[in-house]
Amino acid sequence: MGTDNTQAAGKPGAKRPFRIWRGDENGGELRDYTVEVNEGEVVLDVIHRLQATDAPDLACRWNCKAGKCGSCSMEINGKPRLSCMTRMSTFEEGETVTVTPLRTFPVIRDLVTDVSFNYEKARETPAFAPPADVAPGDYRMQQVDVERSQEFRKCIECFLCQNVCHVIRDHEENKQAFSGPRFFIRAAELDMHPLDAKTDRKEYAQSEMGLGFCNITKCCTEVCPEHIKITDNGIIPMKERVVDRRYDPLVWLGSKIFRRGQVPQTSVTSGHSSGAVTASGAHGGAHSHAGGSHDTAAERQAQQGVNWHREVPHPTAPAVDVNGKLPLTELTFDRAAAPSPFGDDVTFPLPPEHLNFAHPQQDEPKH
Amino acid sequence: MTETRIERHHYDVVVIGAGGAGLRAAIEARLAGKKTAIISKSLFGKAHTVMAEGGAAAAMGNVNSRDNWQVHFRDTMRGGKFLNNFRMAELHAKESPQRIWELETYGALFDRTKDGKISQRNFGGHEYPRLAHVGDRTGLELIRTLQQKIVSLQQEDKRDHGDYEARIKVFSETTITELLLDGDRVAGAFGYFRESGDFVLFEAPAVVLATGGVGRSYKVTSNSWEYTGDGHALALRAGATLINMEFLQFHPTGMVWPPSVKGILVTESVRGDGGVLKNSEGTRFMFDYVPDVFRKQYADNEDEADRWYKDPDNNRRPPELLPRDEVARAINSEVKAGRGTPAGGVFLDIASRLPAEEIRRRLPSMYHQFKELADVDITKEPMEVGPTCHYVMGGVEVDPDSGAAYGTVRGLFAAGEVSGGMHGSNRLGGNSLSDLLVFGKRAGGHAASYADQLTSRPAVSVAAVEAAVETALAPLQRDTGESPYVLQQDLQAVMGDLVGIIRREGELVDALRRLAELRERVAKVSAAGGRRYNPGWHLALDLRNMLVVSECTAKAALERQESRGGHTREDHPAMDPKWRRVNLVCALDGDTVRLTRKPLPKMRSELISLFDRGELAKYLTDEELAEFDALTEEER
Repeated sequence: MGTDNTQAAGKPGAKRPFRIWRGDENGGELRDYTVEVNEGEVVLDVIHRLQATDAPDLACRWNCKAGKCGSCSMEINGKPRLSCMTRMSTFEEGETVTVTPLRTFPVIRDLVTDVSFNYEKARETPAFAPPADVAPGDYRMQQVDVERSQEFRKCIECFLCQNVCHVIRDHEENKQAFSGPRFFIRAAELDMHPLDAKTDRKEYAQSEMGLGFCNITKCCTEVCPEHIKITDNGIIPMKERVVDRRYDPLVWLGSKIFRRGQVPQTSVTSGHSSGAVTASGAHGGAHSHAGGSHDTAAERQAQQGVNWHREVPHPTAPAVDVNGKLPLTELTFDRAAAPSPFGDDVTFPLPPEHLNFAHPQQDEPKH
Repeated sequence: MTETRIERHHYDVVVIGAGGAGLRAAIEARLAGKKTAIISKSLFGKAHTVMAEGGAAAAMGNVNSRDNWQVHFRDTMRGGKFLNNFRMAELHAKESPQRIWELETYGALFDRTKDGKISQRNFGGHEYPRLAHVGDRTGLELIRTLQQKIVSLQQEDKRDHGDYEARIKVFSETTITELLLDGDRVAGAFGYFRESGDFVLFEAPAVVLATGGVGRSYKVTSNSWEYTGDGHALALRAGATLINMEFLQFHPTGMVWPPSVKGILVTESVRGDGGVLKNSEGTRFMFDYVPDVFRKQYADNEDEADRWYKDPDNNRRPPELLPRDEVARAINSEVKAGRGTPAGGVFLDIASRLPAEEIRRRLPSMYHQFKELADVDITKEPMEVGPTCHYVMGGVEVDPDSGAAYGTVRGLFAAGEVSGGMHGSNRLGGNSLSDLLVFGKRAGGHAASYADQLTSRPAVSVAAVEAAVETALAPLQRDTGESPYVLQQDLQAVMGDLVGIIRREGELVDALRRLAELRERVAKVSAAGGRRYNPGWHLALDLRNMLVVSECTAKAALERQESRGGHTREDHPAMDPKWRRVNLVCALDGDTVRLTRKPLPKMRSELISLFDRGELAKYLTDEELAEFDALTEEER
């Protein structure tokens, strides 16, 4: 009775060092723990063990523990991950595992952040518009046609893509105008839905959701636990067609004549092999998540070491072009894809001395 | 108490639970014009419904046109061993196609047939291909679709009223700890926001429970932390009754090791493709567990069993492919005899049976599941498996048509896993997703019309709120009690070891004694830390729900002296037609669970006539069979 499986089974667990951010919106700190880790465990198991032993009030979200619900998002050694899908065996024996909350959203407590931004954006994204003349039960669609949208419907709403998106990561000021990758693929999904009656999804994404802010660094695709090709299959097609429709009078005319979905495909592809080699952002050089600001001085300071009490760099205006948009680098970049999503200067796992977490809102406490 | 701030809200209908049933109920209540609140223990859209893989059963006849509601009804009753509430099974079979089609108008994208209809797949116990599905993530599609429908309703409200939340609002990460009554009528619900620890009071004349199941009371479970039987316990405390609580669905092969995948299902096709079960001594033990009635179909030696995979016509099947309950019983016996693995399971070995390439080809999702989640390479090492708690058939006793709870309370409704009766003693795969939709809609609609016909709004009493506050704060104010995590572990051990898949009288008596001890300890539980997002405190509050529901299960399991569906008594291994006529009903008498017997409603004649006599003879008493004969005589 009452035997503890975790102790009875397998090799006795080794003690491993952990650093976990503890605190709330008023600030906090990385706290060191030494926890037993058994063979085959994931980071979430270790957090649960901590809750059952040293830190009963350690706050963390989780539900299914099988990578299906998207609740346990956090940053592990600086990389946004689902903690239920991050195996302890991926770390070196003796390596300190540092766990911090999602950085883009306000901290509630410990590893729990206020992700209501995403629910607000969800609410602003126009819903599916059922075709007026098709009765329930009469919907007919081909598998090949639904598959394109089905890819996006795999989304488990872990919001890792939102968290890593540098348009809003450390750029509180962009949040109002920018819905983020999660909702770009929602728009794309509806745009590709064979029976959706709303015909201006792309234009809406451009004008109301801030699609133009995205400069296709593919960070979102990189962190997606469902391996959804957010950028290639969702964002880029949305952007291209927006461009097509806006500037190509033939396409525009076609969209008026043909029924939607029958518009002849124009052949703009994402493989731009030519074009001037320009940097991915007007702030010069590869973008970086390390310091979280486009203020180079603050960036340098952040990279000098973990400084959890550092002043949060105040947001600077985004590097926009004359139209007030971030540059569309896919048209000008030398490669088909984007540079390393985390910045060309960042390799994983991040060395612990390069880890930092400072919440953007830390100096403006919530009421 | 006076300084405790309590946020107050007024709603017409409050839906507790934001899984499939809860969201469908809320949509219906909102469409009926009621101001509706959805209470979600997690974030919006994370409910356990996402775990459902197989699909939603509905007799649409898209793949086989001979399918219809009568066939589906028959399959459901058969699956539940005729203990189902026949009316619920009937409504479910009749209405699930419309509920699925409706989802398409909300934007759902199911996999398609060649002619563009919703594709349907075969599943255990269903006579025809019947499960509407989206790959192996049907549950996610369902929850996302309903979530997005709610958003679209909110967008409508924003257009009409200028406020997204004018008529339907989601309270995420909110837990209800108490239902409040005015006499025998529901007056509201009291709870706390997980985020802040602040209290909240919903004043509402109608409450729909859609809180799911009870699996967290078990050591090995495929259920998430939310599954603490909240709705079951809230209903009991409000004066409603629970039925069929002895019936829990266990899957014989859930992972027990490594801990990161504990409880996750290992599909039966691993055994179908050659996987064998071995104990810690390396013996392929299933040969020792072939019951006499199966001797003709199952091999008694390894050579013959191994030949079956290639030549099934001239050899008998391997005993690993015995029915689920037999396999589970065998695993259980091996573990109890001390021949289990250290984690309390047995080995399921496919690695030594098939070339690695072949395993990856035949079982791609299993291979990836274990590789990604557990770093276990099933082509190299055996899996450790044991029975895992999966679903509770029992739940709130409801009126089949309206979902209104029986017992002494009015204004309380239940739908989904928290309600009982629909699945009888055993649920068919695929029937739960359609159950959510059919009865979610019904409960939401009836809750709305109940609220409509009330002449006066029930009032919440201040004393009841104060008592609820006190109960909720108690674990934080004690510092001498035990940790809630220890208590949960002990409860899980009692339920897992003594009220698990195979039950015996002695062990059940022992379990009840231990549960009584636990009750005293739980009453003194203390939680460290403050009120803000404190999981220890939350668990401390959930514990009393888990405990009372466990008591119901243990008591009912002790009472029912037969084996049927999700209830197996080693000391009463046969199904007994006399017991089929009995539902065990739990009610709360002060603090203690009171168990009563209640006759099953009698199936209408046109429904019972759907079955042939040979099949009915397996389930009915002689007396009932004579009645059936008289009925068929009349028709002739």
